[in-house]
Amino acid sequence: MTPITIALAGNPNSGKTTLFNLLTGANQYVGNWPGVTIEKKEGLLLGRQDILLQDLPGVYSLSPYTPEERITRDYLSLQPPDAIINVVDASNLERNLFLTTQLLELGLPVVVALNMADLVEKSGDQVDVAALSRGLGCPVLWLSALRRQGAQELAQAAIQAANQGSQAPPDCLEGPVLDAVSQVEALIQPLVPRRLLRYSAVKLLERDARAVPGTGLPEDLANQVSGVADRLEEAEQDDGESLITAARYDFIERLSRAALTRNNPGLKMSLSDRIDQVVTNRLLALPIFALVMFLMYYISVTTIGSLVTGFVNDTVFGDWVAAPLRQLLEGARVAPLVSGLVVDGVVGGVGAVLGFVPQMLVLFLLLGILEDVGYLARVAFIMDRVFRRFGLSGKSFIPMLIGSGCSVPGIMASRTIEQERDRRMTIITTSFIPCSAKMPIIALFAGAVYGNSGWVAAAAYLAGVLAVVLSGIILKKTRRFAGDPAPFVMELPAYHLPLPRNVLRAAWERGWSFIKRAGTVILLSSVVLYLLQALGVEGGRLVVVDSSEGSLLAALGRLVAPVFLPLGFGEWKATVATFTGLLAKENIVSTYGVLYGFAQVAEDGAQIWGRLAADFTGLSAASFILFNLLCVPCFASVGAIKREMNSSGWTAFALLYQTLLAYSASLLVYQLGLLIQGQAPGLYSLAALLVLAASLYLLLRPRPVGQARRAAV
Amino acid sequence: MKTLDQLPVGEEARVVRLHGQGAVKRRIMEMGLIRGTRVLVRKLAPLGDPMELTVRGYELSLRKADAALIEIE
Repeated sequence: MTPITIALAGNPNSGKTTLFNLLTGANQYVGNWPGVTIEKKEGLLLGRQDILLQDLPGVYSLSPYTPEERITRDYLSLQPPDAIINVVDASNLERNLFLTTQLLELGLPVVVALNMADLVEKSGDQVDVAALSRGLGCPVLWLSALRRQGAQELAQAAIQAANQGSQAPPDCLEGPVLDAVSQVEALIQPLVPRRLLRYSAVKLLERDARAVPGTGLPEDLANQVSGVADRLEEAEQDDGESLITAARYDFIERLSRAALTRNNPGLKMSLSDRIDQVVTNRLLALPIFALVMFLMYYISVTTIGSLVTGFVNDTVFGDWVAAPLRQLLEGARVAPLVSGLVVDGVVGGVGAVLGFVPQMLVLFLLLGILEDVGYLARVAFIMDRVFRRFGLSGKSFIPMLIGSGCSVPGIMASRTIEQERDRRMTIITTSFIPCSAKMPIIALFAGAVYGNSGWVAAAAYLAGVLAVVLSGIILKKTRRFAGDPAPFVMELPAYHLPLPRNVLRAAWERGWSFIKRAGTVILLSSVVLYLLQALGVEGGRLVVVDSSEGSLLAALGRLVAPVFLPLGFGEWKATVATFTGLLAKENIVSTYGVLYGFAQVAEDGAQIWGRLAADFTGLSAASFILFNLLCVPCFASVGAIKREMNSSGWTAFALLYQTLLAYSASLLVYQLGLLIQGQAPGLYSLAALLVLAASLYLLLRPRPVGQARRAAV
Repeated sequence: MKTLDQLPVGEEARVVRLHGQGAVKRRIMEMGLIRGTRVLVRKLAPLGDPMELTVRGYELSLRKADAALIEIE
């Protein structure tokens, strides 16, 4: 028996996810939609093996502008579920019903869930559910997902609706628009499935050809349809999209006049408004924002985070796992290569990475709370003016904020940015912000070379921010990124208390994707790395070497090292560390540990400070840190970049740009630093000066003429 | 022609028509700002832009450059 599929659709912030969690419990499967990374969540209805629930992305409309919208409508039109539960925020009825009018045209059974029932009651407004149900021509039920009321009834109504089959869509449209839609319907009737007739006709009038299922219309028919649209637009003096959107809102206004009694039509200040008055106040907004950011880092990185991370690294993996395991293997007389591989390679490598998980979970938890409360939207509101200056939008701030924990979810968070141009720019620049895996590198060098100065970390963040800003300015002037910044049309949701269930679940999902990575990519790379540094060729035979100086790894490092000579760290250890950093940035510390002959080093590598200080000068250390912070991020992030860009060309461009920027920045710092220190100029200093001149040109040149004109229109 | 970006904080107006085209116009309309809609300027961001509006009972943030596409009375 094929299960009944019920899709959950609704606006962002409508409480869809809360309802989904409520209906499915822990029975969830999180995957991705084919071809994109938009999360695809499925789960079985609690206690029912035959009812599959599908959580669709939160969208405002079925228009074709964001990946979320495209996925939602492709899914609903091409692989239709048996019924749709449309979650509607009853405290924001009109805007939420806009999507409802579109969903009703898909020819599928729809059940409307009026969520936030408790909020509406408290405000004193009254919604006439029967009138709403009559007007929409579908069942309408109250729901308070927050208080867990109404969910079961809703599921029952949806199952019933699925069994009954589709209903005739109500006429949201009227007058000349309806006439035109009917004409188009008559024209395309033979070619389009009955269910999708209204949907397709409306989309054709909106001149949105991509939305019509199948291969498209034959040319003569397409011309006739286009003729209908032309006549409508001519008669009504507006474009088809606008006319249809206006017709939907006219319908919604009529409906809400009949069904909604506002108790306080005046503008009474709600609690949310009063909070917002303080939080986005002209004078207080920026200080409050800085304080929130500081607290978040203080808690997640310095205090709780580092305590737990230290405990996991030293006690859990060091004392509880590694030591007994070594004893066991030695007792069983296992070959030293194998026991080393298991204890130092696998446990050491994976353990170092898993040590970050608590810190990361704390950061994700705090970010999740800020997101759930509604503060992150205000952050975008406050910061937009700043970010727009260098070709990004206020929404770019959130990916970068999350990226300071881990670039992978940070890059994934760029999805909320609507315009492709801004999204791509954000994806390219997000990994410049030092993620928590880059912190150990900074701590290692701060300790070994810079006398444990706290300024090193500050300088690293500053370098990251500068890289974002300068890249924005440079890239927005290139032809690849021509055009104006994205429209910044964003809802500022009312503040509400965070829901622990949602916050915990979101933090765990983000953390879990990181743990999975540790279990796969990093595990494999630790094994390969361990073998490469333990084995060497002596007298034509592969043997276990005593010191890593003679290992295969050293040979590979020596081969590539000259590339980094102009940057001041052209020796094999630094080269090898840079490459293992591509597997996971924190690998750099453990790699140095292994290369200097220490099996297990602390997170900040205190044991190897002396050896490292001998190998680096202050300048070459700065150059090394800079290169490793800015260059291509770890492979997991590269995977995220590839998925979000959804294009090999753009991925290649992103990686090339990052590498070029990192190399140029390190070259500038090292070579100009040498000049300042009084060293005689050489060929490399000339190269550095040329790079400096080129960067200044790219930064300061005016916007290309064609672009400026377009921007002025 | 008076446009929304010129409306002072705390004042309310009615949308007359939307200029511009494509994704920006479409998105503005979908969020409920169409001909005849009443809109209140709630506040400006600390750096003067974007604006926070009240439309159809909820809060919407819009850049001044985009608000300049909305003719009001």
